[in-house]
Amino acid sequence: MKQKINFTLNGKSVSVETDPLKRLIDLLRDDLSMISVKEGCGEGECGACSVLLNNEIVNSCLIPVGTIIGASIETVEGIRESESGKRIIDAFAVEGAVQCGYCTPGMMVGAEWILRKYDKPTPDEIRVALSGNLCRCTGYDMIINAVETAAKRGLK
Amino acid sequence: MNTISTPVRRLDAVEKTAGFTKYIADMDFGDFLYGKLFRSTRARARICTVKKPSLPDGYYIIDKNDVPGENAIHMINSDWPVFADEFVRFIGDSIALVVGPDKKIISKILSEIEVEYEDIPAVYTIDDSLALKGGVLHGKDNCYGDYTTVKGDPESAFSEAAQIYENTYETGLQEHIYMETQGVVGLWQDGKVNIHGSLQCPFYVRHSVTPVLGVEEDGVRIIQAPTGGAFGGKEHYPDILTTALAVAVNKLKKNIKIFYEREEDIVNTVKRHPSRIKIRTALDIDGNITAMDVDSIIDGGAYESCSCIVLQRVVFHATGVYDIPNVKCRGRAVVTNNVPSDAFRGFGAPQASFAIESHMNHLAEKTGVGSLDFKARYFQKKGSVTNTNGEIHEEVKLKEMVAKAKAMSDYDRKVKEYGKSSSKGIGFSLFNHGGAFTGNGEKEIINARIKVRKLKDNRVEIYVSNVEMGQGLLTTFSKIAAHTLEIPIENIIFMQQDTELVPDSGPTVASRSILIVGTLVGKASAKLKKQWVDGEEITVWQEYEAPKDVIPWNQETLQGDAYPAYSWGVNVVEVEFDKITCEIKIIGAWNVYDVGVPIDRLVVEGQIEGGLVQGLGWAYLEKMEIREGRIQQRTMADYVIPTSLDVPVMENDFVLNPYEESAFGAKGAGEIVHNGGAPAFLEAVQMSTGTQFNSIPLTPEKIMESLK
Repeated sequence: MKQKINFTLNGKSVSVETDPLKRLIDLLRDDLSMISVKEGCGEGECGACSVLLNNEIVNSCLIPVGTIIGASIETVEGIRESESGKRIIDAFAVEGAVQCGYCTPGMMVGAEWILRKYDKPTPDEIRVALSGNLCRCTGYDMIINAVETAAKRGLK
Repeated sequence: MNTISTPVRRLDAVEKTAGFTKYIADMDFGDFLYGKLFRSTRARARICTVKKPSLPDGYYIIDKNDVPGENAIHMINSDWPVFADEFVRFIGDSIALVVGPDKKIISKILSEIEVEYEDIPAVYTIDDSLALKGGVLHGKDNCYGDYTTVKGDPESAFSEAAQIYENTYETGLQEHIYMETQGVVGLWQDGKVNIHGSLQCPFYVRHSVTPVLGVEEDGVRIIQAPTGGAFGGKEHYPDILTTALAVAVNKLKKNIKIFYEREEDIVNTVKRHPSRIKIRTALDIDGNITAMDVDSIIDGGAYESCSCIVLQRVVFHATGVYDIPNVKCRGRAVVTNNVPSDAFRGFGAPQASFAIESHMNHLAEKTGVGSLDFKARYFQKKGSVTNTNGEIHEEVKLKEMVAKAKAMSDYDRKVKEYGKSSSKGIGFSLFNHGGAFTGNGEKEIINARIKVRKLKDNRVEIYVSNVEMGQGLLTTFSKIAAHTLEIPIENIIFMQQDTELVPDSGPTVASRSILIVGTLVGKASAKLKKQWVDGEEITVWQEYEAPKDVIPWNQETLQGDAYPAYSWGVNVVEVEFDKITCEIKIIGAWNVYDVGVPIDRLVVEGQIEGGLVQGLGWAYLEKMEIREGRIQQRTMADYVIPTSLDVPVMENDFVLNPYEESAFGAKGAGEIVHNGGAPAFLEAVQMSTGTQFNSIPLTPEKIMESLK
């Protein structure tokens, strides 16, 4: 049974008629072309499908669309336009944080969440905050460095 | 000073981070159907009957009867059928492909296909396989390969030995867990099958698909999509998917997608070979090693795929970085009814390295010498004879590397302190990795060719078949061309890996991309520079040229130079042991490498760190068990890979040692980085627990059992 769902996506109002049990990741990818949201495991383990839901980081594969009525959803398509988003992208490039790139948009959502929460995140805080985002290529250190660099550059 | 090693921003970093890169699942191919494989639920059985349900309109079941050519996938051997014919050999073996527009209806059809099996006693272990349980499954002896190499006179050395030390080392399965699961799309276009996919080797796919369809090389077209990690898991496995897909597209003349969900990927795709390696060492009266006998057996699973090539690497790396005067190595790859094992970063060398490093540590302990001092007595050096009676042609800089790693890790102090009832431990591993295809494979099997093309606007295109899959090849190849031509890297265009666009410069495997193909890019660019005329279009081809001064390889006798050059590495790993929970925390890691000259230091450090973490995961976190042919860890919740919290701050350094045959002196770095983590980890755990271990994954449960 379809239901009308209104929410905000990257700052813009969206209204869709859809099955409320549909996964948020499917709505974002299939219906709204938010291809930065990647499916890695489909069970909330890997974080490749991370998005911000009312400023909190969530796995969009675990969210039924019926629960996001009135909520604010942010994906990399929105975050990349912001000042902090541009800083994160630049820092990821400079620090070598990107290899195959499949986990990277999810990492970028994580990085944005960290930057909103902490002025000066420590490496340990970054490590904990990103522990729900798996990467099989980098070994993580360069991603941690990138988030720290992005945070520092935001301070000046 | 700005050199080839000075890091640049990876050319794909911004696009990937900002989410613009379209992986295969992000691409729009217009109208399409889904395909999903129907698989065997039995490990070894004869198929008596297959009863198909009546199908709704627009749904199809494709099977062996639809294969227009050979029902055999051409890899090294061609024992793996596209669709099972009379027999199934593992749980997950493909029987049919169900195709249609709605995934739910496809699932329903899959559940309604009924197969009547006649079970045959299956073999799940190396010992059952060698005992030919249930009757022979492969050849005469169930061995895909059985190789022996002899150096010196090990027999006499053993008969004269003052003492003999023997131990057996075992390693487990490892699943690649590339973050992007397997995905391929087949299109019917221009009167033929076109396949787009997440691939390491587009020409391998072409090689597999053409005989299945019974068409010539130009009868199919294969195009690589941006690839979200591979690690060997997208070397041969995509052949399984694309052959089935091609049969369906060819029959239906429709566009079809096959995407694996994670569980389907984990339980059905190839793995790292489990290994059991027995090492016997002869020692003289003073405790010096006089001979070694290394007997390695790996479980190749149900089909051969590239088990024999993996096995060769196990055998050729059997005594690690040590020059042992008399050596016998035997290696066997056996068939079982487990999920097939195939390529995985390191390709057998990590298994060999784990065994020899652990064994050397035990020998050192027996003789009362520190493990590093003991090992240093046997370091290979320039001119050392290898186990295949080839030669080490390069300067070996292990001593310099050890000194660096010791200083970085404060090793000497820690070894002294931790030795005494501390809960901390530190381990040190030394290892190498032969670059490129074994022996004369680069000439005899591949014979790579590439081209570079200068456009009228003075930009330069690179045409190779080697792919970017995360390892940084797009950037390093572009850098080689840009530095050689002395033009900005922005003026280099790296062409898409499309079998109708690029020449076959071989697969993206075996640490051969930089060493072999990078060299060709360098040579072609140098020729182009000489011919350069502004505003004109110029094309330069470059073919592979075998390196000079190597000892010729004989593939029958396995004698000669197995590899033209080696990369070298040392890892230091520090751990802390929790005596209550038996958990191990890795608190430090230091890595020093000789990869000739790194083409971009940051790219290579990315390999070093990622490879180490993957190796450490294999050593203690990544447990995968098979019970009666069925994989037990089926999701990413059950099969655990390292997270950011499992990883220490790593420090890396290099020893420069330019290789004279390659572009800018570079050697490969993609695989060696997996070779040292596990043995360094094991040594550190042994120090912190005071207990000897010989197998991985070394889980807290296993440690607890041993301490009881």
